[in-house]
Amino acid sequence: MHSKTLAELSQGLAAGDFSSTELTQHYLDRINRLDSNYNSYITVTTEQALDQAKTADQQRAAGNGSPLTGIPIAHKDIFCTQDVKTSCASKMLDNFLPPYNATVIEKFNQAGAVSLGKTNMDEFAMGSSNETSFYGPVKNPWDTDCVPGGSSGGSAAAVAAQLAPAATGTDTGGSIRQPAALCGITGLKPTYGRVSRYGMIAFASSLDQGGPMTRTAEDAALLLNVMSGFDSKDSTSIDREVPDYRASLNDNLEGMNIGLPKEYFGNGLDSNIEQAIQNAIKEYESLGATVKEISLPHTELAVPCYYVVAPAEASTNLSRYDGVRYGYRCDNPQDLQDLYTRTREEGFGDEVKRRILVGTYALSAGFYDAYYRKAQKIRRLIKNDFTNAFKEVDIIMGPTTPNPAFKLGEKTNDPVTMYLEDIYTIATNLAGLPGLSIPAGLVDGKPVGLQLIGNDWTEAKLLNAGHQFQQVTDWHQQTAPGI
Amino acid sequence: MAVEQADIEKIAHLARVRIADSEIPEVASRLNDILAMIDQMQAVNTDNIEPMANPHDASQRLRKDIVTENNQREAFQRIAPAVEDGLFLVPKVIE
Repeated sequence: MHSKTLAELSQGLAAGDFSSTELTQHYLDRINRLDSNYNSYITVTTEQALDQAKTADQQRAAGNGSPLTGIPIAHKDIFCTQDVKTSCASKMLDNFLPPYNATVIEKFNQAGAVSLGKTNMDEFAMGSSNETSFYGPVKNPWDTDCVPGGSSGGSAAAVAAQLAPAATGTDTGGSIRQPAALCGITGLKPTYGRVSRYGMIAFASSLDQGGPMTRTAEDAALLLNVMSGFDSKDSTSIDREVPDYRASLNDNLEGMNIGLPKEYFGNGLDSNIEQAIQNAIKEYESLGATVKEISLPHTELAVPCYYVVAPAEASTNLSRYDGVRYGYRCDNPQDLQDLYTRTREEGFGDEVKRRILVGTYALSAGFYDAYYRKAQKIRRLIKNDFTNAFKEVDIIMGPTTPNPAFKLGEKTNDPVTMYLEDIYTIATNLAGLPGLSIPAGLVDGKPVGLQLIGNDWTEAKLLNAGHQFQQVTDWHQQTAPGI
Repeated sequence: MAVEQADIEKIAHLARVRIADSEIPEVASRLNDILAMIDQMQAVNTDNIEPMANPHDASQRLRKDIVTENNQREAFQRIAPAVEDGLFLVPKVIE
């Protein structure tokens, strides 16, 4: 059962081949037996899952099933789940039981989905390797000496190890797409404002987006249908109709224009990945697409720009963690300042503290113009590059990451080296655009991803392109050895 | 622009994060690596470019200033470190 796609499981439930209770128990057993190899889950919600499965079976029996009714999903531990521990992989929230559900969770509940549990991640979503979690690193199912990527490393590993048919993730600088690429799965970051951020613990408010992490583009479409939509509780949510993302999956790609940014194929890209990407592009040509080289001239500024904007916004968002209303509090605070400074010293890990300091510095008097305001101007230049490119092409393609999964501990000594992992994904967040990563090959026995970037609101086109590629190739069907 | 020990102390105070004295040199060194990377931005001319705060240049929606929520103080305070009589408790602020 666990080797089926979500779409196949949905059909199976509808046909009565198995019940949601059987399906959920099957995944719970697998998690129990196998997750110690990967550490992909922080919390497994066994009883709640079986309750939800039972209700889902009743709904289907009454003829009230919809595609996700009874389907088990894992959720990144960044989405508030009412009365269920939500830690953001931080000591600061180790004891946090949210009094409410994130809108995304509410939507899955209303769709009748089953929640298997909360997946591991980099602390407060800050990282590209899932090595900063308070609960220990996640291992890549393809090679357990290697990282799964981050920050949605737990979700990626769980889906790759078939410990969940699908999972939710969040993406601020690549945190859905990069782990999807390193774990050989499909991951989509929607257009900014497509998916509600209410109840999604904030890292960088102008960059964060929640999205699906699945085995196929079709499965991602099924999840995106549920996750998307205007939410009055999120003041940055955009009021725009949600299409049925499955409806256009089988559209013909004849005449689609693909742009390959020359800046994404330069130094620093593993030559084997480059070859895999070129092979993938040839598949698209055989599907009727045309390809041309384009330029995104400000590409090199994306990482510096992001590492001002994101930490600045994070320093503001994380100022709420003060030991007063919820979460960690230091022992025996001597006075108010001691309460704040020691709670935050003890509750946050090193990378989180580092980014808070960078962000505070960039926003401080005397540096605001040189850093934050400058970065906001660069951000506009980066978005303009894409706007101009989309006048010439329909979709931009390139590698998702510069290398396949690296070894645990390999990049933890130098933050800047780690930051360069996101070199191809970061600009997409700055521009607010949708981005999809799909499996496109194996290098040294480890997966690599093809990234597709679209103009605002073109998720349907990206999923269509991803689905068509997955009809003529089988990279997405490869599973890690031993799975 | 490089930071020194005194700068770290000032930034740490602004951020209300305690950094142990023994850790300050390491923190300063890492921060300087990051700042050196960020400084690449200074090479680019951005005269007459409007800053972009939101990727759609959207403004946040406003709503009428009327009460729409229910008082859920009990539920919210159930998870607080220290409460009494509906108040969150902190160390004494005013002598």
